Amino acid sequence: MALTREQMAQRVARELEDGFYVNLGIGIPTLVANYIPEGMDVMLQSENGLLGMGRFPTEEELDADMINAGKQTVTARPGAAIFSSAESFAMIRGGHVDLTVLGAFEVDQEGNIASWMVPGKLIKGMGGAMDLVAGAENIICTMTHASKYGESKLLEKCTLPLTGAGCISRVLTDLAYLEIKDGAFVLKERAPGVSVEEIIEKTAGKLVVPDHVPEMTFVEE
Amino acid sequence: MAGFDKRVASYEEAMEGIEDGMTVLAGGFGLCGIPENLIAEIKRRGVKNLTVASNNCGVDGFGLGVLLEDRQISKIFASYVGENALFEQQMLNNEIEVVLTPQGTLAERMRAGGAGIPAFYTATGYGTPIGEGKEVREFNGRHYILEEALVGDFAIVKGWKADRYGNVVYRHTAQNFNPLAATAGRITVVEVEEIVEPGELEPSQIHTPGIYVDRIIQGSFEKRIEKRTVHGA
Repeated sequence: MALTREQMAQRVARELEDGFYVNLGIGIPTLVANYIPEGMDVMLQSENGLLGMGRFPTEEELDADMINAGKQTVTARPGAAIFSSAESFAMIRGGHVDLTVLGAFEVDQEGNIASWMVPGKLIKGMGGAMDLVAGAENIICTMTHASKYGESKLLEKCTLPLTGAGCISRVLTDLAYLEIKDGAFVLKERAPGVSVEEIIEKTAGKLVVPDHVPEMTFVEE
Repeated sequence: MAGFDKRVASYEEAMEGIEDGMTVLAGGFGLCGIPENLIAEIKRRGVKNLTVASNNCGVDGFGLGVLLEDRQISKIFASYVGENALFEQQMLNNEIEVVLTPQGTLAERMRAGGAGIPAFYTATGYGTPIGEGKEVREFNGRHYILEEALVGDFAIVKGWKADRYGNVVYRHTAQNFNPLAATAGRITVVEVEEIVEPGELEPSQIHTPGIYVDRIIQGSFEKRIEKRTVHGA
């Protein structure tokens, strides 16, 4: 079975470490915040200028001046800091964020990522995505392995305009967890019940398959 | 205006001197921390052919979106647009030129503009359509593109509190691009919720020192919420 969005978030959360500063993109990456392990302290960075993003506000706490990068109303946790957009991107571009999780349309075997523009469709902009991929050492890209038409999103070379060049080294799809190394995807784990053959079939880029590919396990929540 | 007293009495006075074809830097992120009343005054004046630099372009009927109604903006530097139907229509009809700019690059371009730095190198956008046609240099084995500073004829800024000297503090994440825009306007106009007596703001807590600010006005604000999300909903 392909992973659900929640399972993908759970799997990404296993890459968190105590004391990490983390930027979570919109969509599945946002859900990772729900799976921060008990006893682990992680500080969430929101690129509009908030380090230490808390939960959503109650009706009483609701404040138009307190939003996240997705423009949702949020709270600041104890120990949070708030600052300008330039300060925020100094953190990002200066490589101070420990882990960045973001979605993509395509990733290729050279670590290129395309996530912001489909030619011919309306282009809304890249927001902070280009800064995030250029600035972070440690990025996990989350996406479905193939489009709904069955076309692979793990390619030899991205077909869409890039968000960043050679910056992605880890990808979690609904079928597999892979690393990108020396111009190839390396299959590290597979979703429960998903065969190596299916992953091979749905990966258009060069894929290295080790002798043993462990299956991910999930405990019932 | 006497000495360091930056206060003006009306919004008309606050935007005095704005003309067709000028460049305006605007603070705000989405609808958070936007200079609502200064935007309304620009609309009232009907100046056209403006170049605007702002992270977003408001929504239909609010924020910078109101300047689209009479086609007052001809060019915009922004990182994320298209939250409004009118904008999309004008973009598709080539009535507005959109220079999509990565969010961090936009912030840094304003910061550089205010700090007298004409251009800077950044890794952001290298190898992407944003880097096309820009100078590339390699430092320590990595590639960077040259991005130029942005300055405005006007900067329009929303603060929380200010004193008459133009010292400004911002509230929560309504800070965003505001302090950057404030540094990079030839004329910087700040509207705030409250003007306080000099000395009431703690000197070490001031976000925008008064040297950057030309005009201060106190206003009232709608503060519309773009995405209302509550706990347990």
